Amino acid sequence: MVEMGMSKIITTNKKMKINIKEKLWYFFIYLSALFTLIALLSIIGYILMNGAKHIHWEFFVKEPSSMGREGGIFSIIVGTLYLTLVSIVIATPIGVAGAIYLTEYAKENRLVRIIRFGTETLAGIPSIIFGLFGFVFFVVFLGFRWSILSGGLTLAMMILPTLLRATEESLKTVPQSYREGSLALGATKWQTIMKVVLPSSVSGILTGLILGIGRAVGETAAVMLTAGSSLGLPKSIMDPARTMSVHLYLLASEGLSKEKTFATATVLVIFVVIINCFANILANKYMKKTKVES
Amino acid sequence: MVNRTKIKVNSLNLFYGDFQALIDINMDIIENKVTALIGPSGCGKSTFLRTLNRMNDLIVNARIEGKVLLDELDIYSEKCDLIQLRKSVGMVFQKPNPFPKTVYENVAYGPRIHGIKEKSKLDEIVEKSLRGAALWDEVKDRLNRPALGLSGGQQQRLCIARCLAVEPDVLLMDEPTSALDPISTLKIEDLLEELKKNYTIVIVTHNMQQAGRVSDYTSFFLNGEIIETDLTDNIFSKPRDKRTEDYITGRFG
Repeated sequence: MVEMGMSKIITTNKKMKINIKEKLWYFFIYLSALFTLIALLSIIGYILMNGAKHIHWEFFVKEPSSMGREGGIFSIIVGTLYLTLVSIVIATPIGVAGAIYLTEYAKENRLVRIIRFGTETLAGIPSIIFGLFGFVFFVVFLGFRWSILSGGLTLAMMILPTLLRATEESLKTVPQSYREGSLALGATKWQTIMKVVLPSSVSGILTGLILGIGRAVGETAAVMLTAGSSLGLPKSIMDPARTMSVHLYLLASEGLSKEKTFATATVLVIFVVIINCFANILANKYMKKTKVES
Repeated sequence: MVNRTKIKVNSLNLFYGDFQALIDINMDIIENKVTALIGPSGCGKSTFLRTLNRMNDLIVNARIEGKVLLDELDIYSEKCDLIQLRKSVGMVFQKPNPFPKTVYENVAYGPRIHGIKEKSKLDEIVEKSLRGAALWDEVKDRLNRPALGLSGGQQQRLCIARCLAVEPDVLLMDEPTSALDPISTLKIEDLLEELKKNYTIVIVTHNMQQAGRVSDYTSFFLNGEIIETDLTDNIFSKPRDKRTEDYITGRFG
């Protein structure tokens, strides 16, 4: 009896040790996960605490003066939106069409594998390299100068891989049975893609697009090299422009105005948070939809 | 009533690469009758069904020999327009596959791609097709709701309605009730009885009782060959081939 009791106690001790170990690990991974959230919240909190007080409605509607020390960031907001719009208008059709080719038409062969590998490599190239290429090719060689067009083309190349991959993934999740159903009704392949496949993957494509926008809005180096850093309100696609990220970088690095730096940072952060929330909502909607289908 | 042959299959062979999936298939499919294809899994009955509207064209290394005549037109000849063929030979799949669109849009899809734009015409086709699939009364108040919100049985009848909307002559059904509950199954079986007045129906089924209940003719497939085709009553009461008898009495398969 005694011996049996002993062995029971020993097992329990062992169990306790394991339990403590488990708990320690759990605590560690929990903390790591929490740390990400803390990092995010402290960055946003810090920016907001320092910046929010400097933001009045005038900041949004006034143009900057004396290198950004005074005034608002109207022309810069316009420049950011303009440049982003141009880049997605260029990148979206190419990205979506490329993804349609890769998923719906291309047979698995060497060329397709090379294209896929190329897309992934393109996504991994540092943005300054894009900037350098954009500068040499669009700004100088094609003579587009520092302009929204040069910047937009450069950014388009940067967001193309994101967009193409996202579209590809979302086209792949469209059940084969949709395609068969449509073809069996006498639809052509193109009709099937345009009327059934693409509409079914629209939210996935939008998610990719929004991530791309996020990348374009946040870009500094490549934009400075291709769209310039003019403070003026851009009036045409051939005008140079300054985006919020570039403005922020210049204000901070040249120590022009701490106030305006944080105010700009606040607007930029809000911008990015809104974009990400939007992406999240779309992704959720998309997941719900696929759930019903399966 | 004269039995007219709607589809005539002449020594049809089908290969997937080196593998021969269908061996020398000969068959007459009679107009306005239900023909059931039975046989164990992998015997080629679904493959055969898919040769009748050329859905096998989608499979890269499939190769076909022989003839399939639909109203005397060889559907594998150059003269045959694939779009027209699939319009006149509709297909209902094993798993209900409505598009992620509204009920209305699902039914209107076919007529739309074939060029009908008028709203009043489309309304008319949608109602007629849904009535034809015995679904109208259940969905008439929610035509603009997502089709994926319907029950499985309703979804399958919606898929039937979607086929009817392009006015086919032949309906191919690939185990249309295997994913459905018994009550939905019964509804579809009743529907088949109605539909065969206007359509020629070929149905693949794993369910022997179903074949017995719904079909006029039955073909028994085994390892890519047709063992025998006969009136359903004959197949079930006095099969000519020993293998058929073994299968329908449940000795294998």
